[in-house]
Amino acid sequence: MASVVPVKEKKLMDVKLGELPSWILMRDFTPSGIVGAFQRGYYRYYNKYINVKKGSIAGLNMVLAAYVLFSYCFSYKELKHERRRKYH
Amino acid sequence: MNENLFAPFSTPTLMGLPIIIIIMMFPSMLLSRPNRLINNRLTSLQQWAIQMTLKQLMTMHNTKGRSWTLMLTSLILFISSTNLLGLLPYTFTPTTQLSMNLGMAIPLWAGTVILGFRHKTKKSLAHFLPQGTPNPLIPMLVLIETISLFIQPVALAIRLTANITAGHLLMHLISKAVLTLISINITTALITFTILILLTMLEFAVAMIQAYVFTLLVSLYLNDNT
Repeated sequence: MASVVPVKEKKLMDVKLGELPSWILMRDFTPSGIVGAFQRGYYRYYNKYINVKKGSIAGLNMVLAAYVLFSYCFSYKELKHERRRKYH
Repeated sequence: MNENLFAPFSTPTLMGLPIIIIIMMFPSMLLSRPNRLINNRLTSLQQWAIQMTLKQLMTMHNTKGRSWTLMLTSLILFISSTNLLGLLPYTFTPTTQLSMNLGMAIPLWAGTVILGFRHKTKKSLAHFLPQGTPNPLIPMLVLIETISLFIQPVALAIRLTANITAGHLLMHLISKAVLTLISINITTALITFTILILLTMLEFAVAMIQAYVFTLLVSLYLNDNT
């Protein structure tokens, strides 16, 4: 289904489901594009939770919780053996 | 169980790529950058903490030694933040790797020694012989002082590595013991759990103290040689 606005300039929430593959393919996957994406994500989080007048500890805690989750996923392979089982 | 004990200390790799670099850069992302004269709550808190440590560290140096301020402050910030982050569950602590600690200790120590030899050659050489030694003892004492000088960077690195690694290992072991004891005898499990809580508090202190000691010693070596 064709749309009036070109697919490339839409944000993710406005892209229709049928256009999703072409939207993904049109993203900028060069190294500078990826770095730009990381920078934008970082500043989005920083300005919303940390760079405010009365920032609370929740802004920091969300990052730490994500870090713990990330490390858990990484060491899952070794942690698999430590489950409570009758026979290992 | 033996292999599981040391698994947390192996370098994390993602399909063969070491992601330890990303983990080492992570603590720097947690600090906020002050860009105003009067900042928000979090940034002011961070600024106050850094200024307090800075004053403690650098008051004893003269002008020449104070040019190392940035280096020493960033050193203590890096080590304490890395150690504290390592206390979270499932995380990897880069300071448990001897390679990294040696990489931090040797250049800093060598820098202070070379600085001392360049600018105050006589005084640096005089450090090798304490005052008032009896004449026959002099050769042996010079040898001993040289050895003690060269052992300084190794001691710095190994001190940090061993402390953090031993703390992590102890916590792993005691928590495993608590888990096993719960099904055997609840009272012993509760006692061991209290020990675990005390140990965790100690670990928090150790994390910060080790950073302090490392930086303090480097600054002492600097003081000797400026």
